[in-house]
Amino acid sequence: MTAPLLEVTDLTKEFVVRGSSGIMQTRAVVHAVSDVSFELEPGQTLGLVGESGSGKTTLGRCVLQLLEPTAGSIRFEGREIVGLGRGELRKLRRDMQIVFQDPQASLDPRVTVGTSISEPLRVQGIKGDHKSRVAELLDVVGLSPDHARRFPHEFSGGQRQRIGIARALSLDPKFMVLDEPVSALDVSIQAGVINLLQDLQSQLSLSYLFIAHDLSVVRHISHQLAVMYLGRLVEVGPAEELYTAAAHPYTQALLSAVPEPDPIIERERLRLTLTGEVPSPINLPSGCRFRTRCPKAQDRCAQEEPALIDRGCGHPVACHFPETMAPEMDVAHVAAEIAGHDDLG
Amino acid sequence: MVDPVLSLRDLRVTFNTPNGDVLAVRGIDLDVHPGEAVGIVGESGSGKTVTFLATMGLLPKRAAITGSARVMGTEVVRASRKALNKVRGQQISMIFQDPLSALNPVHRVGDQIVEMLDAHQSLTRRAAERRAVNLLDVVGIPQPDQRARQYPHEFSGGMRQRAMIAIAIANDPKVLIADEPTTALDVTVQAQILDVLQRIRAEMGTAIVMITHDLGVVARIADRVAVMYAGRVVEMADVHSLYAQPTHPYTDGLLQSIPRIGLDRLVPIPGSPPNMLQPPPGCAFAPRCRFAEPVCRQALPELIPFRDSQTACVRIGEIELGVPV
Repeated sequence: MTAPLLEVTDLTKEFVVRGSSGIMQTRAVVHAVSDVSFELEPGQTLGLVGESGSGKTTLGRCVLQLLEPTAGSIRFEGREIVGLGRGELRKLRRDMQIVFQDPQASLDPRVTVGTSISEPLRVQGIKGDHKSRVAELLDVVGLSPDHARRFPHEFSGGQRQRIGIARALSLDPKFMVLDEPVSALDVSIQAGVINLLQDLQSQLSLSYLFIAHDLSVVRHISHQLAVMYLGRLVEVGPAEELYTAAAHPYTQALLSAVPEPDPIIERERLRLTLTGEVPSPINLPSGCRFRTRCPKAQDRCAQEEPALIDRGCGHPVACHFPETMAPEMDVAHVAAEIAGHDDLG
Repeated sequence: MVDPVLSLRDLRVTFNTPNGDVLAVRGIDLDVHPGEAVGIVGESGSGKTVTFLATMGLLPKRAAITGSARVMGTEVVRASRKALNKVRGQQISMIFQDPLSALNPVHRVGDQIVEMLDAHQSLTRRAAERRAVNLLDVVGIPQPDQRARQYPHEFSGGMRQRAMIAIAIANDPKVLIADEPTTALDVTVQAQILDVLQRIRAEMGTAIVMITHDLGVVARIADRVAVMYAGRVVEMADVHSLYAQPTHPYTDGLLQSIPRIGLDRLVPIPGSPPNMLQPPPGCAFAPRCRFAEPVCRQALPELIPFRDSQTACVRIGEIELGVPV
């Protein structure tokens, strides 16, 4: 077995928000990420899924040290990177890069694309022929070398995202955080960017932390999958295994909510519709964070927070009552249960 | 045959801009029948939203609209404001992607429903309020009597979209236009909203026009699908035929570019959509189409029946769609 490239252990990030109610100062803590642990191996993609507010972007930024974690450890190639000084961090960033969701916002509109792509080289003080490196990078991402002289507004959304990828690649990183890299693109354009990311991974043996809310894209690109709910990982495992035999009720509900682009499958399958709302990360429920929306919740769930451990289903799951029976059976059973005590599906 | 509730004929919309005329919609023919669910699929800029904003009389003055759009037989293109207001909300309603900007932040949600009821019905204040609470219940908002007294900012995204639906269906319209109603929502909330729309259709017999770029949402909700590209309908078919056997190269390209079970590698559509200041001559998809021949660039293809679909492709029958070699 290869040594992991990235090892995240018990990572926690809390934000303190201050406000006032009348003359009283108030102080609240947002639990954005709590005790998250995972590993990423070279050349692999870990898909991180969860709904808005689940903490996936915060987690991605903590891993890159763009946000300082409140607690926990992040080891990159065996070395602890939490608490490194500015100089050390800068060196580290040669190996760790990020691609953002909105290529329009992440490129400076006033400088040429070539200047943007070579900026990391200048920041890192790398001497040499930046021009030919930029031409090479543009070629790698499927653009033309003479695009370097143009400005971001002259490109389409898909092309701008390719420019963002070229910039992230300029320093030959080993690891990239891809934060919703195709969410802003039309489907016909999205496919080209996904193919590019897969090609780059196999050519350069890159590792990706792929953050997305589009579960069909995540399934397509990921080797491993981590499901996040309210700042915690609830289930982690090989992507295909999670899609076919999820054991956590949240993972099951999330996957059953994704519409399949096939009218026959889409109309015949049983759906597990969650009710209620995601609680606030300021006032977390006691015990299991999912219990307020969980159809299987029992007394124990309110008292004891379930640990993310293998409970006999082959991969870690944070649920006291995991079930991976035949998926159809399971969904039908839970759906019936929901219908029993709920006013709306 | 029953008359369509909504009927578009050669509908065209042109925007006058400083850079020239943008031909956003270039001749749409579409009928929506009572109780039917029609999916309108296309990418950004294909004209799908503009078509229905024109139908609702919601476009700015600089938009030049020609052709015809009839709602329950009443012409709405170039109709007076008064005539439009009789149709809108009463016979046809529309919900949007972002419910927060569609709701009024300084009025209670219940009052906004009452306002819609008052516009078309003469109810007593008490009866209207009771109906508003009842509508919130219909769209699945728990504790509707308390929720009716709250403001939009006190609602979550999914609850706001439910409130918008409650306003839209207040007068029992014949057609509900839903423009990307779940795009801004998480998948589990999206599933709830789609459930609400399907239930309204089943229980009230409201026809639904679902505008979306999401082929999964269409597969779930639509009976019939119109695929739009560059301001035209390029293919129209019932939902099963469209997914099982697309007949237009663009539809085929869309289906191959989305991740699906058992698909190892995606097939993107090369290039990007045309600039609608100067759409290409002939078929607008030709510059991106792997089957394009000079004949495609000669005339704008019309929809013609082919297999179980209607397709706007002159090379139909000569080409073999599916995975490219």
